[in-house]
Amino acid sequence: MVKIITVYGNMLIAAMGKTLLLALLGLFFACIIGLLFGLLGVVKSRVCNIISQIFVDIVRGVPMIVLAFFVYFGAPYFFNTIIGGFNVTLSALQAGTICLALNCGAYMAEIIRAGIQSVDIGQMEAARSLGLSYGMAMRKVVLPQAIRTMIPTFINQFIITLKDTSILSVIGFPELVNTAKNVQANTFMAFQTWAIVGIMYLIVITILSRCAKVMERRLNVGR
Amino acid sequence: MEDRKLKIHVENLKKSFGSLEVLKDISTDIYEGEVVVVIGPSGSGKSTFLRCLNRLEESTGGTIIVNDMDVTSKKTNINKLRENVGMVFQHFNLFNNLNILDNLMLAPNMLKKCSKAEAKERALEMLQKVGLVEKKESYPSQLSGGQKQRIAIARALCMKPDIMLFDEPTSALDPEMVGEVLQVMKDLAADGMTMVIVTHEMGFAREVADRVLFMDGGYIVEEGTPQEVLQNPKEQRTIDFLNKVL
Repeated sequence: MVKIITVYGNMLIAAMGKTLLLALLGLFFACIIGLLFGLLGVVKSRVCNIISQIFVDIVRGVPMIVLAFFVYFGAPYFFNTIIGGFNVTLSALQAGTICLALNCGAYMAEIIRAGIQSVDIGQMEAARSLGLSYGMAMRKVVLPQAIRTMIPTFINQFIITLKDTSILSVIGFPELVNTAKNVQANTFMAFQTWAIVGIMYLIVITILSRCAKVMERRLNVGR
Repeated sequence: MEDRKLKIHVENLKKSFGSLEVLKDISTDIYEGEVVVVIGPSGSGKSTFLRCLNRLEESTGGTIIVNDMDVTSKKTNINKLRENVGMVFQHFNLFNNLNILDNLMLAPNMLKKCSKAEAKERALEMLQKVGLVEKKESYPSQLSGGQKQRIAIARALCMKPDIMLFDEPTSALDPEMVGEVLQVMKDLAADGMTMVIVTHEMGFAREVADRVLFMDGGYIVEEGTPQEVLQNPKEQRTIDFLNKVL
């Protein structure tokens, strides 16, 4: 155990850094995708609702490992070989980010849609009855209330996404799990290696969820 | 009455939800300063009728003219129309994320009806009117039902509406709080506000209404002064209804 920490410690910490980088990039784009499709899901337009639902259904209906292979190998093959004339190559980080953003984005869209719909319709009606536009009412009355109910689910989704980065070891991105595989192959110390990796995830995720709890409490002031 | 200004003109109004026809043929005129109370059994379409007047429900047929604007026309700027038509809901619908003062000032500030200072002055004046100035920093969750409804009325008044719509304003209140809300509404009526009120408070209707509409099954079955409709109803359906509620 000590040998792994002294010899491979820095390598594993760097790999954790890569994991966090991938997770943050994925979450950033997932927020944008989630907000876009979440709002499409609540506006008064059948077409928009259906577009949102189709996106969510497709992404949720495909395992992330399949999505990862599809984005990393499938998409470049489609452009370069099937259509031809392109020279698309994705780095593992790019493909991983796209993959996480799509996957997490679909879940976020559902969280945002459900959060907005959980706000009593009377809030929107009261705002509209005073002469506010749909957008003003959404921004000033509905969204602030929706966000409060969404936060615990958001935090949950953030943690799931952070853990999902491990799936992207299959496309060769040197995140924590991929690096740990190499450490195990070099040392043959399977128990120690995976115990250390497990503890590393545990520490990071515990710190993040504690921070999130504090944030949640702050936002609940005045409720 | 005919020399007074026409505020609301409803002609052959129809409204369906899917295959359910809630309003079948509603026609009435409401003049400036009139207090019209709408009564009727549940499911008779009273609330739907009220909500059609500011297009919270889209009508499916007929004409509605409010303040000389065509409510049913897509070309009408509905937000502009609503600025002058206040509405009070059964469940108050105060903005839970804002304190009382911000509840009152949100719409005037967003719609730039006046300067922020004027909006605040107006808000405090309205809080005075409903007797709740000391609650200005509170949040809706800290108020009783009666207080919430008085705040909701004050919030609507901050937009300086010339018509006020009340959708069962006392139905969700504990009995001992009904009086305080009705008192605010009586004051408002005495000030000459044009009001349309859906309610089950027959005492209030008798005391304050200029006209009572009795609705049933999507029609206005009978209308007239409180004296005529409540004391000497002519239609059998009105008689049956009044026997049940009085």
